[in-house]
Amino acid sequence: MVTRLSFLGVIARVFMWAFLLALAVVVLYPLLWMTLNGFKTNAELFGDPFALPLHWSFDNYAKAWNRGVSDYLTTSVLVTLTSTVATVLISAWAAYGLTRVNIPLNRTLTAAILGGLMLAPTVALVPLVKMFQAMGLYNTFWALLILYTAFRVPFTTFLIRAYMIDLPREVDEAAEMDGAGRWTAFWRIILPMCKPILTSTVLLHILFTWNEYLFAMIFTSGTGVQTLPVGLTSLMSKHGTEYPVVFAGMVIAALPVVLLFFLGQRYIIKGLADGVGK
Amino acid sequence: MRATLRLVWVLPALVLVGVFVYLPLVQNLQFSTLKWDIYSGSQEYVGLDNYVKLVDDPVFWTSLGNNVLYAVVSIVFQVFGALLLAALIESIGSERWRRGLRAVYFIPSAISLTVAGLLFYFVYEPNLGPLNHALKAVGLGQFAQAWLGQESTAMSAIVAMSQWQGFGYSTLLFAVAIQRIPSEIYGAAAIDGVGAVRRFFHVTVPLVREMTGLMAIVTISGAFQVFNEVMVMTAGGPNNSTQVLGTWLYRSGFVRNNFGYAAAIATVLFAITLGIAVAQLWVTRRRRVEW
Repeated sequence: MVTRLSFLGVIARVFMWAFLLALAVVVLYPLLWMTLNGFKTNAELFGDPFALPLHWSFDNYAKAWNRGVSDYLTTSVLVTLTSTVATVLISAWAAYGLTRVNIPLNRTLTAAILGGLMLAPTVALVPLVKMFQAMGLYNTFWALLILYTAFRVPFTTFLIRAYMIDLPREVDEAAEMDGAGRWTAFWRIILPMCKPILTSTVLLHILFTWNEYLFAMIFTSGTGVQTLPVGLTSLMSKHGTEYPVVFAGMVIAALPVVLLFFLGQRYIIKGLADGVGK
Repeated sequence: MRATLRLVWVLPALVLVGVFVYLPLVQNLQFSTLKWDIYSGSQEYVGLDNYVKLVDDPVFWTSLGNNVLYAVVSIVFQVFGALLLAALIESIGSERWRRGLRAVYFIPSAISLTVAGLLFYFVYEPNLGPLNHALKAVGLGQFAQAWLGQESTAMSAIVAMSQWQGFGYSTLLFAVAIQRIPSEIYGAAAIDGVGAVRRFFHVTVPLVREMTGLMAIVTISGAFQVFNEVMVMTAGGPNNSTQVLGTWLYRSGFVRNNFGYAAAIATVLFAITLGIAVAQLWVTRRRRVEW
C-alpha cells in the first residue's frame, strides 16, 4: 500500500499518535499510581501522592497478606479452580450431547440451555437467597461454586457447541468402527480435538470468577469464605485509614489476572470474538 | 429407552440451569406480590401493591434514569469510540505496536470492577486523589472538588470510571472484527485513492456492522445490570443520587428488609433485559454481511 506523505497526512499522523499515547497514559497512570502506593507509608502517601516511595519495602504487602488477603486469595483460587473444572466439563458434556448424540428434542434442549445466557443474575437474586438458605448452603463455599457453574454453563456450552459442530463427522464414524463407545469417543477423541476452544473457555471462566462480586457479596456475608473482591472491600472498611495496605491488597488481587491475560491473550481474544461474533 | 438414556449428556447442564436460573425467575414473579419480612418469615399477599409503590418511588425513577445515562454514555464510548479507536490501531503499520496498544487498553478490563472501583475511589478522593492534584497542576484548581461526595458530580464520576474500565474490551473485539475484513478490500480502496476518513466510513463501518449491532446490545444490557462499581464507590449515595436498579434492589431487599419490593424491581429489570435479549436475537438472525 502506497502512502502519500502530504503535509496534512503528517499532521494527522502526529495527532493520531499523540492521541493513542495520551490514552495509554490515562489507562496506565492510575494502575502505576496504585502499585507505587502499595510501597509507600501512610505519611508519604498523604504528603505527596505523586512522589515515588522513599524506601521500597514490601511491608504493606505483608500486612495486607496477614490481615486476610491470604484467606481471600485461597477462597478465590479454590472457587475459581473448582467452578472452572465443573463448568467446562458439564458444558463440554452438554455440547457433545447436543452436537454428536442423536438426542430427542435436540432443538428445544439447545434453546433451553443457551436461553440461560439472556437472564441477568440480579433478577434471580431474591429467590436464590431464599433457596440457598433453605438448602443450608447460604454463606458457604458451595453456594458460590454452584452459582458460578450454573450461570456460566450457558455461555460456555454455547462456545464449545459452536466449535464441536464444525468437527468432521468422519471422526465419530472412525471411532465407532474401532468399537469405541460414546464415553470413550468423548474423552479420548472429541475432547482432545476441542483443546483450542477449551483453553479459551477456561481462561474466560477464570477471568469471570476471579472478578465476580454480586454473588460473592450477597452469598458470603460471614468470614472464612470471602473471595478477593469482597475481601478487599472489608479490608477497606476495617483498615480504611491505612490506605497503602489497601493498595497492596488491590495489587495482589489484580496481578494474577493481568499476568494471565498477557500469557493467554491469543486464546482470550479468540474466545471473546467467538462469543460475541456468533 | 435408549433415546431417554442419551439425555444423560445434557442432564447436568439442564438441571443446573433449570433449578438455579429459570426457577428463581418464576419465583421472583410470585415474590413480587408479597409483603415479605425475611427475618420474621411473615409473608402476606398484596397483589400488585409493590408495583404501585414502585411507580410512586422517586428513587426508582432516579435509578432507572441512571441506568439509562449509563447506557447512553457507554454506547458513545464503548461502541462508537471503541470502533474508531480500533480502526486507528489497526491502521498502524507495525504489528508490535498494534498488539501492544490493544493489550494496554485491555488491562483495566482484566482487573475486577472492585479493584477499579476502589482505585477510582482514591483517584477522586479530594485530598490525596490525583484528579484534583492534576487539576491544580494545570491551573484549573478551582474545579477541584469531592467528586464522589456531592450529588451533582457523583454519578458522572462513576460513569466515567466505568468507561475507563470497559472501553478496552470493546476495542479489542472491534479490532478482531476489522482484522476479519479481507485485505483486498482495503487494497482496492487504496488503489482508488480513497482517503482514510472515507475508507473508515465506506469500508470499515459497513463491514463491521454486525459486530457494532451486537456490541450495542451487549453494552446496553450491561448498563442495566450495573451493580459492582456503584456499590464499591458510593453504595448509591450521596442521598440516593447514584442508585441504579441493581443497587436499589439490593438496598430495598437486603438492607431495608422489603423483599417483595426488591422482587418487583427485579421484574422491571427482567422486562428490560428480556427486551434487549429479543433485540439480540433479531440482530443475530439477520443475514450476515457477505464479503
